Amino acid sequence: MPAQATAETSTADKRWKLVEATMRKNGYRPDALIETLHTVQGVFGYIDREALKFVAERLPVSPSQIYGVVTFYHYFQMKPQGRHTCSVCTGTACHIKGSKALLDDIEAHYGLKDGETTPDGRVSLLTVRCIGACGLAPAAVFDGEVEGSMTPDLLHERLDNWLAEEDEGNGDEEN
Amino acid sequence: MAMKKTSQRISVASLDDLVNVAEATKEQEQQYKYQICICVAAGCISQNSDAVRDALIAGVEARGLEDEVQVKGVGCMGLCAAGPLVRVDPAGIVYQRVTVDELILPQDIPFFERQQKIVLENCGIIDPEAITEYIAAGGYLALHKALTEMTPAEVIDVVTRSGLRGRGGGGYPSGLKWVTVAKAESETKYVICNADEGDPGAFMDRSVLESDPHRVIEGMAIAGYAVGANRGYIYVRAEYPLAVERLELAIKQARWAGILGSGVFGTTFDFSIELRLGAGAFVCGEETALIASIEGRRGVPRPRPPYPADYGLWGQPTLINNVETFANVAPIIRNGGDWFAAIGTDKSKGTKVFALAGQIVNTGLIEVPMGITLREIVYDIGGGLPEGRKYKAVQTGGPSGGCVPEQFLDMPVDYESLREVGSFMGSGGMIVMDDSSSMVEVARYFMEFSMTESCGKCIPCRAGTRQMYDLLSKVAGGEAQQSDLDLLVELGDLLQNTCLCGLGKAAPNPVVSTMQYFEDEYLERLVDGGTAADPAGES
Repeated sequence: MPAQATAETSTADKRWKLVEATMRKNGYRPDALIETLHTVQGVFGYIDREALKFVAERLPVSPSQIYGVVTFYHYFQMKPQGRHTCSVCTGTACHIKGSKALLDDIEAHYGLKDGETTPDGRVSLLTVRCIGACGLAPAAVFDGEVEGSMTPDLLHERLDNWLAEEDEGNGDEEN
Repeated sequence: MAMKKTSQRISVASLDDLVNVAEATKEQEQQYKYQICICVAAGCISQNSDAVRDALIAGVEARGLEDEVQVKGVGCMGLCAAGPLVRVDPAGIVYQRVTVDELILPQDIPFFERQQKIVLENCGIIDPEAITEYIAAGGYLALHKALTEMTPAEVIDVVTRSGLRGRGGGGYPSGLKWVTVAKAESETKYVICNADEGDPGAFMDRSVLESDPHRVIEGMAIAGYAVGANRGYIYVRAEYPLAVERLELAIKQARWAGILGSGVFGTTFDFSIELRLGAGAFVCGEETALIASIEGRRGVPRPRPPYPADYGLWGQPTLINNVETFANVAPIIRNGGDWFAAIGTDKSKGTKVFALAGQIVNTGLIEVPMGITLREIVYDIGGGLPEGRKYKAVQTGGPSGGCVPEQFLDMPVDYESLREVGSFMGSGGMIVMDDSSSMVEVARYFMEFSMTESCGKCIPCRAGTRQMYDLLSKVAGGEAQQSDLDLLVELGDLLQNTCLCGLGKAAPNPVVSTMQYFEDEYLERLVDGGTAADPAGES
């Protein structure tokens, strides 16, 4: 873990600068915290202990308070996400139009529950509370792209593509 | 987005400037024989409308028609179900589902004819990324009028006379709120726009922010002048990236133009706006929790009083209104309070934007005068339920609201009427359910939502929502007895009366309303089929 952390810190200098910039823009005040955490998650994908320490050393906020804030808000993740994420909307309109069936289907076919990542780290499944695409219910978000009128077939197509594509990608890198 | 709009870096210091920008923009548009407007709000974008726009631009260029035909992205036209939508002006022909085939969407259908647009008047008409188009549509004239012709007291008076009430759901008279903040004595005051549209099933604010962001900025600036605030915050959901992007651009353009900043329109008025991103906590829609979140803390509510009008952001007097409320301000100042008060019902003035979703043909965004009946909304505008489906209920107000059954379809839609039948205006989500929806499941769904979103500060909410959820699961699983239903009623009453904030107080509403109107569905799931518990033996 420490080895990984240093490797990450050294290669990720630029990213820490972005985090620093957000704090500076907000005058290193306590109320810069949530904006800063958004930047951390935006550039690193999640907020780990190292990031938490980094922020606590620079803002007048204790690590425990930061931990409290990170765990309070659903949007913040403390675990790394898979290469691809699929978020199924569970807002009311999507619920009425069958988002539960979509989630059950994903669990049955891919063994994924809300918040879980496939063991190979390729695909994460999340749920979101209403993305405001109610007119297109049921909706899902694939790597930030909203798609409406979801069916299990469409979901399979997307997820299978990701799983297949990753295989090739890894193979190429290794060669 | 396709192009960087450097031409949007303009300067506006006086009424003449506003008029000049408006005329120049209109003149520029009149050079074109035709305008093709493509909706680029989230609904249509997710159906690839940006690709349609790029294809149209390329097509116009390929035919050498750049001087005759203007292609532009505009905001939401409302009928998301038929997207991507493309309108060709001046004929005003709207094409639906523009991908492979082009199908004409008639404009004389009830979906369009029965609506009355004030908040959404620019949505689907102007380019949300161009301040010049907002100005050409009469934008910032109201701010100019307020700053140069009216005293702050006169502005508040107009808002009070308009009868505008908070569109976030509570329906508190806006004029009264503004007066309280104006009267509070302090050097520093704040204006906050609540854009934390957390109700599942509601997307009105998202569409306004994506389609007409300057409208919200203008409303906030007028409010700032009226109450004596120099600083505004927009607290917007991180789940709405497009809205965030367009708001950031709009704020920048307004700053360049001199409409935000110091010395607006040559007056001494000074106002700036900053964005704050929410992070996915429903409770942050509650005003004291929202303030805590802007301050960088956990979004936990505190007891009121003191109300934010006296003791708000960083302890200073703070005005909080939601997106739709601010979007109503500019037209009210432009046209007068009496104009607005003439629309709607006795106690609910103006229009309301609703998000229609669920088992209904025309899902999308609509704006209707207060007092319209539910039947008109569902059957005329909404086009009724899909073939073969039977109406069961409309859910309004999200997790704080209730289900309105068929016998109330002819009821006028306004704050009081909805409350009378045990529902709630809420922010404007309207979800139509057919007979395939189990009302016990619906109640359980909302209770699960409230339970998950409870911040945990007060015990009635933290423990009560959990207990009610467990009881509802028991009912849904066919393991409950009459005593469990009695306990649900008792707990509901407890939560409504003892919770700290609106989230907990309103959490029992979906249960109470479904138990009231769809009691059969609860009874028939009891262990003994409800026969013993139902002396009338109806089921």
